[in-house]
Amino acid sequence: MRVTFTANGKPVEADDVWEGESLLYVLRERVGLPGSKNACEQGECGSCTVYLDGTPVCSCLVAAGQVQGREVRTVEGLADENGELGLVQQAFVDAGAVQCGFCTPGLLVQTDALLDNDAQPSDTDIREALSGNLCRCTGYEKIMDAVRLASARKCAKAASE
Amino acid sequence: MSTRTIQGQKNLQDIRQASKDGIGGSPLRPDGTLKVKGEFAYSSDMWHEDMLWGMALRSPHPRANILSVDISEALKLPGVYAVLTHDDIPGSKFYGLEIQDQPALAIDKVRYHGEAIAIVAADHPETARRAVKKIKVEYEVLTPIVTEEQCLNPEVHGYVHEPHEYKSHGHGNICHSQKLVHGGGVTDEIRALADVIVKSDYEVGMQDQAFLGPESGLAVPAEDGGIDLYVATQWLHVDRQQMAPVLGLPEEKVRLTLAGVGGAFGGREDLSMQIHASLLAQRTGKPVKIVYARDESFFGHVHRHPAKMTYEHGVTRDGKLVFADARIVLDGGAYASASPAVVGNAASLGHGPYNIPNVRMEAIALYSNNPSCGAMRGFGAVQAAFAYESQMDKLAAAIGMDPVELRQLNAMSEGDSMPTGQVIDSPAPVAELLQRVKDMPLPPPLDLENLDVRTLPGALSNTSHGEGIVRGIGYSVGIKNVGFSEGFDDYSTARVRLEVIGGEPVAMVHTAMAEVGQGGVTVHAQIARTELGVEQVTIHPANTEVGSAGSTSASRQTYMTGGAVKLAAEAVKQAVIEKGRRRYGWTQNDLTLAGGKVVSESAGALIPLVDLLGDEAIDLTREHHHRPTVPFDKETGQGFGHVQYTFCANRAVVDVDVELGLVKVVELTAAQDVGKALNPLSVIGQIQGGCTQALGLAVMEEIIVRDGKVRNASFTDYLIPTILDTPPIPVDVLELPDPNAPYGLRGVGEAPTVSATPCIVAAIRQATGKALNRIPVRPEHITGTL
Amino acid sequence: MEFLRPATWDEALAAKAEYPTALPISGGTDVMVEMNFDVHRPSAILDLNRITELTEWEITGDVVRLGASVPYTRIINELSGPLPGLALAAHTVGSPQIRNRGGVGGNLGGASPAGDAHPALLAAGRDVFVEVASHARGTRLIAIDDFYVGVKRNSMEQDELIRRVHIPVADGPQQFSKIGTRNAMVIAVCAFGFALHPKNRTVGTGIGSAAPTPRRAVEAEEYLQGVLAERGLWESGDLLGAEVTQRFGELVKAAASPIDDVRGTADYRRHSLAVMARRTLTWTWNDYSKQIRSAA
Repeated sequence: MRVTFTANGKPVEADDVWEGESLLYVLRERVGLPGSKNACEQGECGSCTVYLDGTPVCSCLVAAGQVQGREVRTVEGLADENGELGLVQQAFVDAGAVQCGFCTPGLLVQTDALLDNDAQPSDTDIREALSGNLCRCTGYEKIMDAVRLASARKCAKAASE
Repeated sequence: MSTRTIQGQKNLQDIRQASKDGIGGSPLRPDGTLKVKGEFAYSSDMWHEDMLWGMALRSPHPRANILSVDISEALKLPGVYAVLTHDDIPGSKFYGLEIQDQPALAIDKVRYHGEAIAIVAADHPETARRAVKKIKVEYEVLTPIVTEEQCLNPEVHGYVHEPHEYKSHGHGNICHSQKLVHGGGVTDEIRALADVIVKSDYEVGMQDQAFLGPESGLAVPAEDGGIDLYVATQWLHVDRQQMAPVLGLPEEKVRLTLAGVGGAFGGREDLSMQIHASLLAQRTGKPVKIVYARDESFFGHVHRHPAKMTYEHGVTRDGKLVFADARIVLDGGAYASASPAVVGNAASLGHGPYNIPNVRMEAIALYSNNPSCGAMRGFGAVQAAFAYESQMDKLAAAIGMDPVELRQLNAMSEGDSMPTGQVIDSPAPVAELLQRVKDMPLPPPLDLENLDVRTLPGALSNTSHGEGIVRGIGYSVGIKNVGFSEGFDDYSTARVRLEVIGGEPVAMVHTAMAEVGQGGVTVHAQIARTELGVEQVTIHPANTEVGSAGSTSASRQTYMTGGAVKLAAEAVKQAVIEKGRRRYGWTQNDLTLAGGKVVSESAGALIPLVDLLGDEAIDLTREHHHRPTVPFDKETGQGFGHVQYTFCANRAVVDVDVELGLVKVVELTAAQDVGKALNPLSVIGQIQGGCTQALGLAVMEEIIVRDGKVRNASFTDYLIPTILDTPPIPVDVLELPDPNAPYGLRGVGEAPTVSATPCIVAAIRQATGKALNRIPVRPEHITGTL
Repeated sequence: MEFLRPATWDEALAAKAEYPTALPISGGTDVMVEMNFDVHRPSAILDLNRITELTEWEITGDVVRLGASVPYTRIINELSGPLPGLALAAHTVGSPQIRNRGGVGGNLGGASPAGDAHPALLAAGRDVFVEVASHARGTRLIAIDDFYVGVKRNSMEQDELIRRVHIPVADGPQQFSKIGTRNAMVIAVCAFGFALHPKNRTVGTGIGSAAPTPRRAVEAEEYLQGVLAERGLWESGDLLGAEVTQRFGELVKAAASPIDDVRGTADYRRHSLAVMARRTLTWTWNDYSKQIRSAA
């Protein structure tokens, strides 16, 4: 089947999609957006988290056919048009929250959604919000640092605007 | 041309400090930006025009004879390009890290649940899955050999490898064994010297590395008949060494390039999809990509050896250890993998960082029909540490002594001798590390008035609003070796090139080191900056065009390949200086490179590198070998077997719901001596990550195997810690230089994984009063409902 | 395999009639796991995402009519007042991302004994109904007590789809507890839902992951209802006493028939059910007592 949708603001089209394929597979193998990661393909790790119509979801659990006509935003869509890193992306680099980086794309999307909703979450709120994103390298401490850093920068930016 | 002369030592230091991105700084990862943009190319992201998808048919039985394999129906499926069995292998049919005992595809029998029997190449993963299901295999299912008793009585229960198939030094179903005797050994006379004797059995379950990036790669057939493989691995050259004979190719025709690696932790030390993808590419003439799904990943790599251990310690009433006796039985599963080295570590490190005058030890690895076990972070040392640290707590309780005090009283330090007879010739601040974690402030007690259910055991599952919660505190310390041991010529190669690009001196570092997330690439750039006094450093992709970098394991890469980069950079520096001497007749003996210039400590800056180098590139390659070690004596375990030792101490504070058996680790503190923190941010990240894997082993992580069958090959049932399971991890880093190591550094990655598990269990014991001699601790152990 | 994308509820029913073995998919949090791991290859996949009324809820009288695809996140955010037990259960489902997609319809359709919504639905009372419909026969209501019939089997016909669930608005405190061996993102080792229904002087229970189907602890309910009535506790709000909570816990435990599996032993499941039953009863009763006292 053919599936057309919007990915990071641009229309994309995939042909000969097998009906059992996931959005994750379509993104990674058919439309050139491999940033979302394939760690478990059963919704247990969060590495494939993308925005679907503005809501963060595991793209491995969305059937390709379900995204027909809808809007998807992936990790590749977090930087601005000039390639300038988004606030959350920069904080993850700065805080040392990236080691192997395989969990990073999903964490970035989920953190982005968290801070959109609540620019100054408590530590426990952060932990709850990120509890669906497994990381095997960092022990999460630097990820906590990164989210706090992004939160502080976001608040500072809002205050200066 | 104008050169500003900078006078004196102080100014030179200023220049050096100006490079905050040299060693000791925490510059950002060179791959960080790509990784946060989703543009870093991991092995599973590889894509090639016309590529096919490879997939393996795996055995559902742990032990069976294969009576027939019929691939005809699979081949008929449209979109299927090849179906291969061992009959199609052009070269040698076996491979292995230490012992070549593993068939690339099963030959006439399968020895573990998940063993690959046939491989398929097709135009879509779903086509490949359908084809795999159409392969008909007729099995004669046999009773698997899975218990220690079964393994050790092969004449009754059979052989995992028939005696004539044996390629190891072992016999029966023993893959490898190592004994050790120190002091007077352990005899009745020695036992009589102790006031109190504590003896217990301990058990460690099978842990998985559970790296997030599944095994994957792309094999591309080359015009010269060779293969180009883009793969996630820990050691490119040893992959090639194992692959080439199977593919029937000379090594130079098997070219490997490291693709992005999504974590490793030992699980990529053995081959997984490398040979399979390459065989399919050879056969079809097309690029073949293989990406394991998570369930296949659990079958596709080795795990941490489960262990059964018996420990006996004697102590005087005033807390001095008199003797220690141990037997460690490691289940190596169907194939050897790294079992011999794991046994060596267990035997030599298995009595911990303690001075014990009389010691005996026997460690063995079994062959069985359980999943193969091999390398995982801290191997051999992790299992033993759980046992000996549990023993320390029991000994302290038995004589009424503080458990930290007992440990400190017996802690080894520099100049002391290991049970192997090896004298520790660099700092071993075991007692101090314990003191440091003990002295750190404790987290505040549970605030029952302002409870947030998310911070309690069970968290959002809403199992307690304060009922049943008891807090416990535990301590532990551990020891791990760094680098490959027992006489192995462990070396790394680095190539460093210095040239002017765009009007700036730029260094390029080229190694075959597998960057698996640890930050080696960051450190290489730092070393090049420090040694060559330049800011711009590029890291060449890791591949087999340069010599081996050894494995990214055994906490060795900064020591070994970092050391090689240092040697190569020093050689380039000397070459630059010589060039200047030849051209300008410099006579000073105090020349170095700093701030992009050649600098004399006494005379100041002499010339910018840009001017000295001109169009010339200086490009030199060096090998770094660590000091030689020797194999342990088979019977006595004596010998200078290890290159370097590393120590970490931890304190765990846990809340336990003692009625439900649920655990929340409140805080996990670490103190570790790292010799020299080349990159403090990365060092702390390694320690925190290592502690968290130890936490997983303490309370949740286990591959459950029943009668040889894996029961939980998924992230739904193999649980690793989430961010809600992981506490704040304060880290205290000590820097006591090791004079034998580059920059005085000490390997970092594994020590916390060795040491942090026991203190969590100790804390749970304190809260519950339960014995807890098995890890992971399950709610059933705490509640007595097993 | 077909991929069917009906735009309306009627089209969906027509499609299900035409392809009775089609597998309905909404949030995909169960279906796609089976697809990705090659567990299931249905003749067709029936996507319900375009049917907006499935993601709506309304309160009519004292009943919440909850669309089958209202995601758990919205149940937590929008319905914790009228459906406190279900909202607590929803908060234990998978991860935030899963809760953004999954809904009660998926739990009911899959009918796994481990589904987190079931114990809360059972506890919410005997007048909880699953509204299903078929193209041929129209709509019918299945009482929750008649819904679960076997391991991963419910009492729906092959041509039926779940439209919504009718759940009484809570008239008393409700609780939900779940055991997992991890502090987030975990399948229930076992779970327990409990509700007080002061209006009709009943209590509701629901046991998850400890029997072939989700089930209620009938004897425990009857025992407690008896004690509450005999001692006039509904009116007084007085303390229950340890003996009552203990007995209630034992009866809940006795109502389970769990198995040993990789997630936990049968013994542990029974043990922890008793503990959860005692605790959730205590929490709800404490809340109820406070209400009585503050009303007095």
